[in-house]
Amino acid sequence: MRDRTVLSLVAALLALLVAGRILPQWAISYASVALYTGIVVLGMILMIRTGLVSFGQGLYYALGAYAAGTLDHLWKTSDLLTMVVVGALVASVVAFVLGFLLTKYRDIFFAMLSLAFSMILYGLLVKSSELGSTDGFGLSVKTFAGIALEQPRTTIYTVAAIIAFLAALGMHWYFRSHLGRLAGAIKDNELRVEYMGTSVRRVIHINYIISAALAGIGGALMAATIGHVDPETTAYWTTSGEFVFISIFSGTTSVFAPFLGAAIFEAVRTFAAQYFPNTWQMTLGVTMLFVIMFLPGGVWSLFQRARRTA
Amino acid sequence: MLAQVPAILIDGVMAASMMFIIAVGLTLIYGVMKILNVAHGSLYALGAYTAATFAGLWLSGGHAPLGSYAVLVASAIVVGLVTGPVIERGLLRFMYGRDEIVLVLVTYAVFLVLEDLTKLVFGVDPLLVAEPYGLLGNLDIGPLTYPTYSVALIGVALIVGAVLAFVINKTKAGKMLRAVIHDREMSAAVGINVARVYLVTFTVGAMLAALGGALTAPTTSVQPGIGAEKIVLAFAIVVIGGLGSLGGAALGALIVGIVQAAAVHWKPELELFSVYIVMAIVLIVRPKGLFAIPEARKI
Repeated sequence: MRDRTVLSLVAALLALLVAGRILPQWAISYASVALYTGIVVLGMILMIRTGLVSFGQGLYYALGAYAAGTLDHLWKTSDLLTMVVVGALVASVVAFVLGFLLTKYRDIFFAMLSLAFSMILYGLLVKSSELGSTDGFGLSVKTFAGIALEQPRTTIYTVAAIIAFLAALGMHWYFRSHLGRLAGAIKDNELRVEYMGTSVRRVIHINYIISAALAGIGGALMAATIGHVDPETTAYWTTSGEFVFISIFSGTTSVFAPFLGAAIFEAVRTFAAQYFPNTWQMTLGVTMLFVIMFLPGGVWSLFQRARRTA
Repeated sequence: MLAQVPAILIDGVMAASMMFIIAVGLTLIYGVMKILNVAHGSLYALGAYTAATFAGLWLSGGHAPLGSYAVLVASAIVVGLVTGPVIERGLLRFMYGRDEIVLVLVTYAVFLVLEDLTKLVFGVDPLLVAEPYGLLGNLDIGPLTYPTYSVALIGVALIVGAVLAFVINKTKAGKMLRAVIHDREMSAAVGINVARVYLVTFTVGAMLAALGGALTAPTTSVQPGIGAEKIVLAFAIVVIGGLGSLGGAALGALIVGIVQAAAVHWKPELELFSVYIVMAIVLIVRPKGLFAIPEARKI
């Protein structure tokens, strides 16, 4: 085996699965959060590698979460697999449609238009009384692919770990494929890519749908883990901002980075919320400033540096 | 339904004048420094909190009630003069030349820091200082009655817009500013102190954000979260108008104000996202906003 990343990914999955058996409940919950957030951020870094930063990824996160929620809430389907699949599908379909429009935009305008779309969804959710308006609603997971679950929490964690593994592995291969390598080329100079005979918009469109699907999956897993969905923590711009934040914080060079970044981010947030409840945002802000100033490649660059010097 | 049109227009213009003061600061900073300043929202909140606190002290101290307006404006100026240079000199100047998105994130981090700082300094309880709002009495416009304070704000917005337009278009400092917008390196080469232009621009922008907050303070209860709410609205306004355009900020504010007022009068359930629907439509039709300056395609 030449590809060390694949080996590391398999090792990481095994470690996560073993950890699921022995770790206490709070650690499982924490790891679940890091996993589903990491899945969303994995999609974000694909877009960032293409040179585009969405300030509206919360749109797809919310779609995934609400798809999962409504399955349980309105159609009484409490199946985890169905939730994740439907969440991914809804997000991809919406991304497919919006993609025709968004792929024309770059830089700040891409960020702002995607922000507008997520805020429209936020407005819709807040006003829909069937979906609980600002309070949202609760949901529960009872089965996975039809099999009744004894310990839904552990199963959700296991499923999140496996999906994260598959997503990271898929993304790793995608980055090395012809299509995946075009992302960096577009970021560097899209006019040249056009001159070489590739449709830039088509590549961006494909990447956009992939990143939306991952956000949808992340949203569905979030809904299953937390057992509750609401507009503020999914579609509001601050949630999308958080994803951008974690992406830059993590670094975009490795498929491990989003998960490491999400884990650190969650740890900082939990730690800060517990010990300085009134200044946890400040802690995050200061951490972010340090990363931007001293680690422009994200926290992952620390590991790369360590490997190079070793 | 049509009978409400005058009321919608007046409400819209009033809301627009308030939002224009905030948005014009945002667009000024973007136009000159190419920074979409998320922290603008917290500067607005900081202005509102400071103004509400000091106006409250002034009034409870038994001073002349009319003086509270001066206190509102003075608070905004102080907030701008303190925060502007600290943020620009202490942080942003190390970031120039970085990616636009990284700069957005830097200001987002500042936003997070300031949000908590505001809570630490002013607490989390809502602040209410309504006296300056009612002090001027009411004004009849046709059959409708409006607080004079809101009508006066339209005047303030017009003055702010006029002064900015005059300074930018008619003075030597404005000429230098436009030169920096046009080509930063060339301006530096001909001897314009670009660092000072940036510092002054950011401070003036911060002052305008704080002024927007200070003048809004008497009309609502000042509480945590107002910054986050206002900054996305301001984004919508400047993006609709065209980033970096003064006239665009005015037009964007008018559009947003009137659309919101129309939603409130006709379909209240649309109020929240009417603005973003308009923003999406404008961007679809005019991808860089209504008053965008055409740019040469770079290879």
